[in-house]
Amino acid sequence: MTTTLAAAASTGSPLWFVTRASALVAFGLLTLTFLLGLLTTGRAAATAPRFVTQALHRNATLLALVLVVVHIASTVLDGFVPVNWLTAVIPFTSGYRTLWVALGTLAFDLAILLTVTSLLRVRIGLKLWRGIHWLAYALWPLALAHYLGTGTDTSANWGLWFAIGSAVLVAGAIAARITAGVLGRPEPPAARPVRGAPVGRPPAFVPSGQSRTQEGWR
Amino acid sequence: MSERLRVNPIGCDAHGLCADLFPEMIKLDEWGYPILDGRDVPEAQLGHARRAVAACPTLALALVPRAAPRAPAPPALRPVPTGRPR
Amino acid sequence: MTAAAVMQPASPVRLLAGLGRADRPVSYHDHIGRFGVLPPRRSEQADFGLIELVERSGLLGRGGAGFPTGRKLRAVATGDRRPVLIANGMEGEPVARKDALLLSRVPHLVLDGIVLAARAIGATDGYLCVYGGSPFLPALNHALAQRDQAADGVRIGIEEVPHRYVSSEKSALVNWLEGGAAVPRFSPPSPRERGVDGRPTLIQNVETLAHLAQIARRGPDWFRSVGDRAEPGSLLVTVAGAVARPGVLEVASGTPIGAVLRQAGADPRTLSAVLVGGYFGGWLQVDEALPVPLSHAGLRSVGLGLGAGILVALPAGACGLAETARVAWYLAGESAGQCGPCRNGLPAIAGALSAVAAGQPGSAGAIAAIERWSSLVDGRGACRMPDGAVRFVGSAWRAFATDVARHTRWGPCDGVHHPPVLPVPDPGR
Repeated sequence: MTTTLAAAASTGSPLWFVTRASALVAFGLLTLTFLLGLLTTGRAAATAPRFVTQALHRNATLLALVLVVVHIASTVLDGFVPVNWLTAVIPFTSGYRTLWVALGTLAFDLAILLTVTSLLRVRIGLKLWRGIHWLAYALWPLALAHYLGTGTDTSANWGLWFAIGSAVLVAGAIAARITAGVLGRPEPPAARPVRGAPVGRPPAFVPSGQSRTQEGWR
Repeated sequence: MSERLRVNPIGCDAHGLCADLFPEMIKLDEWGYPILDGRDVPEAQLGHARRAVAACPTLALALVPRAAPRAPAPPALRPVPTGRPR
Repeated sequence: MTAAAVMQPASPVRLLAGLGRADRPVSYHDHIGRFGVLPPRRSEQADFGLIELVERSGLLGRGGAGFPTGRKLRAVATGDRRPVLIANGMEGEPVARKDALLLSRVPHLVLDGIVLAARAIGATDGYLCVYGGSPFLPALNHALAQRDQAADGVRIGIEEVPHRYVSSEKSALVNWLEGGAAVPRFSPPSPRERGVDGRPTLIQNVETLAHLAQIARRGPDWFRSVGDRAEPGSLLVTVAGAVARPGVLEVASGTPIGAVLRQAGADPRTLSAVLVGGYFGGWLQVDEALPVPLSHAGLRSVGLGLGAGILVALPAGACGLAETARVAWYLAGESAGQCGPCRNGLPAIAGALSAVAAGQPGSAGAIAAIERWSSLVDGRGACRMPDGAVRFVGSAWRAFATDVARHTRWGPCDGVHHPPVLPVPDPGR
């Protein structure tokens, strides 16, 4: 199989290039979106204004989705590997590297789910949206696995390094997120509830050293 | 139908996106919490208002119809006394 | 109505009539002997005849808001699902004792009221909410056990709620009964429409229910025979502070504050101010307070509310600013902590008020800051607790205006050494 692919690669079918290129850029954008989600929300420190990072996260995801659709379309239309349209959404129906393609299908399904729920967030309510959005932690590893398992560029060094580099960044971001959650970053101006000793013990009203009857009082 | 902004004070976590996206009618107090202009949102600014509502990380901001009642206005605070004592 | 009843002058003492000095609660046997047994419940539908009786009586809620009870009953009874009744015996105000008195001495009057109100709105479940650990709980449980719940037709459960100032708030009770914490929820829709389990929920103070129990037996005209024409009936007032006989009095509505204070053995010449309505109320200078009638309209005319019927007399030797600052700290600590403006603003106000009371340097800045923070806190929380706190502080500003000026100029007065007059419970209970 690898020999055939290598032979095909050397003849350079244009759609095959589209498949590979769109996949690489989509994966890069997906990594960017995941990093943004990890580092600019919750307790992790934000540097840029929140609405900027929020918009970046959203737009990177949408762009990645478009490129994934291009990736799927060029794969199916190329016909070089036995993959049809249904394989895009139903896993384990590919004739080619069934498991690895299935992981990609699952990632795509999750991506659609997360995107649709996010677009309808105001309607579906916070709890449901948040619960589903946790699946992002499954989405990215699935995409990585699909990349490593089916990506024809991983046999070349730079393809592998791209995957490793992305994984290192993501691992670092997750670690930072966990640490920030555990240590607790410096609170924003809105402080924690004030129940407890500092408020319960009212201060004394008389500063020491003042004589009792002051001028001006009866 | 006229609409106005309303915030759920329990859900609000002072992220401040609303004030960034709709500064015409949303300001932040010194602790980062939104102070809403209580008037109807003008037709031309409804787009900004909806964007602010969608952007709120905790979905605390909402656009509600004018008919939705709020608590009656509290009595005005008395001015601080100044000047000499009797 | 017998001739003898017509001839007697109308006495305002009705709820507390015949209690005497003993500490024992009135037994079920004595209660029936006096009032008779309630007829067994015939239908689970709402009783609009009873609702009409209450409407005609003009009874207003005695929990603080003073909303017409009959109208409330009708609104809940005409809801879309079977309603629920919550009897609020929490008495969040630290000074107040009236609800505790009713529950410990005449529990059956309150329980009658719960049964009748539930029948009126067509409810089959009633919850009597009290603070956990209340000393009258054993007697209350005993009283409940003595009743024939099948004939009453209402399942009454006694709920022990954690002791906090905000727990007695309406949505906090609904939250608690649904298995959550006893802290307020964001209001729309109101509990009246969507309360416990999404059902229309009627929340009534126990004193209101006790009045209802008497109105059902004696009729609206009897109820209206004492008190103010527009706000008839009697009401319970807790009197505390510099009075010879502190405690709970039952007076006709519209009685001037001065008359009530004198009844409690106060000498107005020794007082400087009166706190009306508790920590959700406000201060009045004593001369201003004496003629004010104890009614919602009367107190509105001086910018205050009746609240839970509380009067605290401040002696001339105490410092109103120091008392207010101490209570402001208490209220700040009682914040549920759910809403930023309250959580941040109330401690800031309390701190600045303490600085003014202590006559510390920078008091002029503190005054401006208090005003700014008050307007930032008001109306921006999920419940009305911070609004009440801000109003309470604002009233101190006005009533003790000369003291504020003196403290900032010459430092604290001698009154800051006076032993505390306003009770402040220990925090973190």
